Amino acid sequence: MKIAVASGKGGTGKTFVAVNLFHSLKNKGKCVALADCDVEVPNALAFFEADLCNEIEVTEFRPIIHNDQCVFCGKCVEYCEYHAIFYMPSSRYIRLLNDLCHGCAACSVACESGAIENSSTVVGTVSSYKYQNSVCLAEGRMTTGHPSPVPLIKATMKNAFQDQSEYELYDSPPGTSCPFIQTVAKSDFVILVTEPTPFGLSDLKQAIDTLLTMGKAFGVVINRAGLGDREVYDYLERNGYTLLAEIPFEEEIARLYSEGKVVSEHHEGANRVFHSLADKLIAYGNSSN
Amino acid sequence: MEIAVISGKGGTGKSSISAAFMSLVSNVMAVDCDVDASNLYLLFHPFHDKELVFVSGKHAKVDNEVCIGCGRCEELCRFDAIEMTQGKAVIDEISCDGCALCYRICPVDAITMIPVDKSRMYIGTFRHGNMVYGRLAPGEENSGKMVNQIREISKNIAKEKLCPVTILDGPPGIGCPVLSTITGVDKVVIVTEPTLSGFSDLKRAVELVRQYSLPTYVIINKCTLNQTVARQVEDWCAEKNVPVVALLPFSPEMVEALVEGKTIVEYRPQSDMTNLLKKALSEILF
Repeated sequence: MKIAVASGKGGTGKTFVAVNLFHSLKNKGKCVALADCDVEVPNALAFFEADLCNEIEVTEFRPIIHNDQCVFCGKCVEYCEYHAIFYMPSSRYIRLLNDLCHGCAACSVACESGAIENSSTVVGTVSSYKYQNSVCLAEGRMTTGHPSPVPLIKATMKNAFQDQSEYELYDSPPGTSCPFIQTVAKSDFVILVTEPTPFGLSDLKQAIDTLLTMGKAFGVVINRAGLGDREVYDYLERNGYTLLAEIPFEEEIARLYSEGKVVSEHHEGANRVFHSLADKLIAYGNSSN
Repeated sequence: MEIAVISGKGGTGKSSISAAFMSLVSNVMAVDCDVDASNLYLLFHPFHDKELVFVSGKHAKVDNEVCIGCGRCEELCRFDAIEMTQGKAVIDEISCDGCALCYRICPVDAITMIPVDKSRMYIGTFRHGNMVYGRLAPGEENSGKMVNQIREISKNIAKEKLCPVTILDGPPGIGCPVLSTITGVDKVVIVTEPTLSGFSDLKRAVELVRQYSLPTYVIINKCTLNQTVARQVEDWCAEKNVPVVALLPFSPEMVEALVEGKTIVEYRPQSDMTNLLKKALSEILF
């Protein structure tokens, strides 16, 4: 079963939930793997001592435009939906605007004079790690300055693990736009992590709307319970959405997390919450098979 | 002057701090650039003067009656968005990037491009000045392009209404909407927190901003949650010559203010937190 851990709002505790859920499922003897798909700022692996065993470079198409071979017909410019080709036929000048290029290769298909050479650019890496005798941790890491994380998220989900695990957890990027969609699209179940604040609720609603249009099964985890107000609870109850778990706000939990520790290893209350969350997911997996 | 507030890691307090800054400047131009999770309107309840349609892109659509199943589109699509199923091209809307190559090369013109236009941009006024924000419809893409458009709008308004300061509340991460948020601004503020993840994301954010050679300031929020890491962050910033303009304690009042629909400056005008934020903003501005 593929499970994405996501949230509309950033910083609600996605990585915290993914890391601790991974730990709890592993403790229950389950075959579980965790991949960090928040490729812009990946963090999940910092919580484990794991050994790098494989790293692949992910590339994306980039054209090299040869000014001297260009006949300035303008067809590539017409083909480029992203306005990524700067073109001044009167001065016989043509250049790629790298930041705008999406790597669709339409220009290369358009060019009839052989002025466009097919090349590529590195968008990031996908690394797999060995942890407790199996390759069960992975992360995608985007090259700084590269604009779009989507191809790398795709590559991470595709290449992270060779062997299939019973449970594959994907730590998703925040938001509800393309990076989020890409991660949840390939998942069987989505855990949405929120916090009981007006910002948390607003972003949760947007994430749920998105999942409903995609027809994805989901449940909600409320982190930092006790801070803020009751609006999130009322919203879940009114709509009949599943509240999977509540993690109380405690400075001790925040401190352990800030030190890069797997909190449920050191905190009894958190341990109970994640064990029960793991049980719910196991039950869900069994019932949906 | 345009000031962008970003963070790398989400949830460090970017929006709460941006909102506090916005309520400290009179006749401010407030811009919410976190278009797929915009929140500032919840605090500021802007009066909408105008609503604009944002076309986020296009998606390819196949006419099954016309498709001859030649597979040329599948072969050329760089986004793995086309699969031949029972002799017909089927588009995976999630993967489709809208590049329109399939539409251009289809030998029988079976493909049309449909504009995606459910997202909206809003222009309005609120109790401290002017506000522009975008709301990307659930699941829509091209947030960077939307940020570019709302920034263009905000520049015109700032000029017209003589707003001295524009504050941009940025999205998390370091990808396209963040690049669009910081491109061409005068100063960048990075809000971080003393956690290992916050620290690691701060490094990536600083690395990114460095590529643009912009004056950068750091605010360490929720310092009291881990003083040791807070100090490490401070030391690292000193080493990299990035000024730390505020060390803010963790305070439940930040959340209480939010629940009351106020910024911390409005909720506790005399508090230490407000004073620290005032001092930070004047350091950034002058």
